[in-house]
Amino acid sequence: MKALVWHGTTDIRCDSVPDPQIEHPRDAIIKVTSCAICGSDLHLYDHFMPGMKSGDIMGHETMGEVVEVGAESKGKLKVGDRVVIPFTIICGECDQCKRGNFSVCERTNRNGHIAAKAFGHSTAGLFGYTHLTGGYAGGQAEYLRVPFADATHIKVPKGIPDEKLLFLSDIFPTGWQAAVQCDIQPDDTVAIWGAGPVGQMAIRSAVLLGAKQVVVIDRVPERLAMAEAGGAITINFDEESVIERLNELTNGKGPEKCIDAVGMEAHAAGTIDAMYDRVKQATMMETDRPHVLREMAYVCRPAGTLSIPGVYGGLLDKIPFGAIMNKGLTIRTGQTHVNRWTDDLLHRIEEGQIDPSFVITHTVGLEEGPDMYKIFRDKQDGCVKVVLKP
Amino acid sequence: MRYETARTRRQGHADTATDTLARGLGLFSIAFGIAEVAAPRAMARALGMKGQEGLIAGYGLREIATGIGILASKDPTPWIWGRVAGDALDLATLATALEGKNPKKENVGIAMAAVAGVTALDVYCAQTLSRESPHPLPPIQDYSDRTGFPQGVDHSWGAASDFEVPDDFRTPEPLRPYTQPDLPQRPMPGL
Repeated sequence: MKALVWHGTTDIRCDSVPDPQIEHPRDAIIKVTSCAICGSDLHLYDHFMPGMKSGDIMGHETMGEVVEVGAESKGKLKVGDRVVIPFTIICGECDQCKRGNFSVCERTNRNGHIAAKAFGHSTAGLFGYTHLTGGYAGGQAEYLRVPFADATHIKVPKGIPDEKLLFLSDIFPTGWQAAVQCDIQPDDTVAIWGAGPVGQMAIRSAVLLGAKQVVVIDRVPERLAMAEAGGAITINFDEESVIERLNELTNGKGPEKCIDAVGMEAHAAGTIDAMYDRVKQATMMETDRPHVLREMAYVCRPAGTLSIPGVYGGLLDKIPFGAIMNKGLTIRTGQTHVNRWTDDLLHRIEEGQIDPSFVITHTVGLEEGPDMYKIFRDKQDGCVKVVLKP
Repeated sequence: MRYETARTRRQGHADTATDTLARGLGLFSIAFGIAEVAAPRAMARALGMKGQEGLIAGYGLREIATGIGILASKDPTPWIWGRVAGDALDLATLATALEGKNPKKENVGIAMAAVAGVTALDVYCAQTLSRESPHPLPPIQDYSDRTGFPQGVDHSWGAASDFEVPDDFRTPEPLRPYTQPDLPQRPMPGL
């Protein structure tokens, strides 16, 4: 089959690889009908996340049709079922899964001992996302093996286009969880850093959950326009002071809820801390560039909440923990517990409350995937979200 | 997206290779400047320029300032030209070390060749940044109709207020907004 394969830094190719096989009775194989490139795939493309090996298949936003089912998954899945595959692989049986904390499933990361060394404890296995999270083959391919398939799937009805459903795999529940973590109240101002795909979903989620006002911070004109279309007030951080504008919009009190939809590769022009991060990262003295975290901690209203869906990988420098402690801020973060939200979100799509396909700007074949990584990374051609059709 | 100005007509468009080169030269400038400030004696010894330590440290400060200028400014073009001028100064200073009986003339020659190489990069970068693109840029895409809400934004505001935030995601009670609208706030006492 054809698949997008990681070979090294900024080197992803469309290769021919062996078709996946059932390896365990809980597995299933799906024929991929649509998959997408995620912003967090760019951390692998740029090789800021450790643990990739040449030959790894990329991708964790995937949907398709079940073509083969292992013996132990047959009660839950059958050939012909239409499924969206959540990016977190879940067993559905461990303590964390029972609590709904699916992204920290205790059993699906087959390299859990490596993750435990890095993070203290293992987190869930993820599709196409480094050997720290299990080294499972990803879904930017014609076929995908789904481990623990009896639990790791979202059944979706026929008759709704892929484009409306695909993002249940990651960015829609990720943006939703980011907003839910804020426990939005009717008087809240929600400030969202980053108008990429997760930021766009977080904006729509905050609107649906009834925030007083939603403010988004970015500098790419197309993304700011898309954010404004979704109801957000926009701040172009190249043109105005984020701190001053947010304080102005909140009568000097700061936003109650702040969402970091940027993560480890923040681009902040001309600030001292951004230059400091650039130099430290270039000399391998720091893994992440946490400008957004610093800005959020500074501007957030005392007793407010910092919600962090943006991906961070390692050790961060100069985090103003004094501000966080003294202002009594709450931090909520983590990979998304996808299956915790998807029944509700599917219902909202079916009801017509939201159509997540608004975010798609490019639809191409798998073989054009490597070029699209670069276009997406460099934000060229108005690229916000890429869907691949194998 | 780094170096976009109205002057260069590139507002809203992605980085070019030249922008990346400029950023690289900025980082190089800072790193080299730090080395000059931190170890002027070692550099002076290697180049047979004993007694010039203060001058080398001064040049290091110049490099750091130029590097910060490149990384911090909206338009790095004048700062890259500043690097070209600095390169000329470096070459002239190194040339003085070729005179007389300097036993480290070979090292000075190597250093001059290295500076000449960087100078070529600086000149190329400055010239390319100074030129306006002869080709019209592609138009910025219009996404102003992509609401994501089939029923419109106004009808969607609070449409999911039926959603119950799970207990483990709820704001602790003491941190919830304090709402007693009938209780007037007394003015702040003079302190």
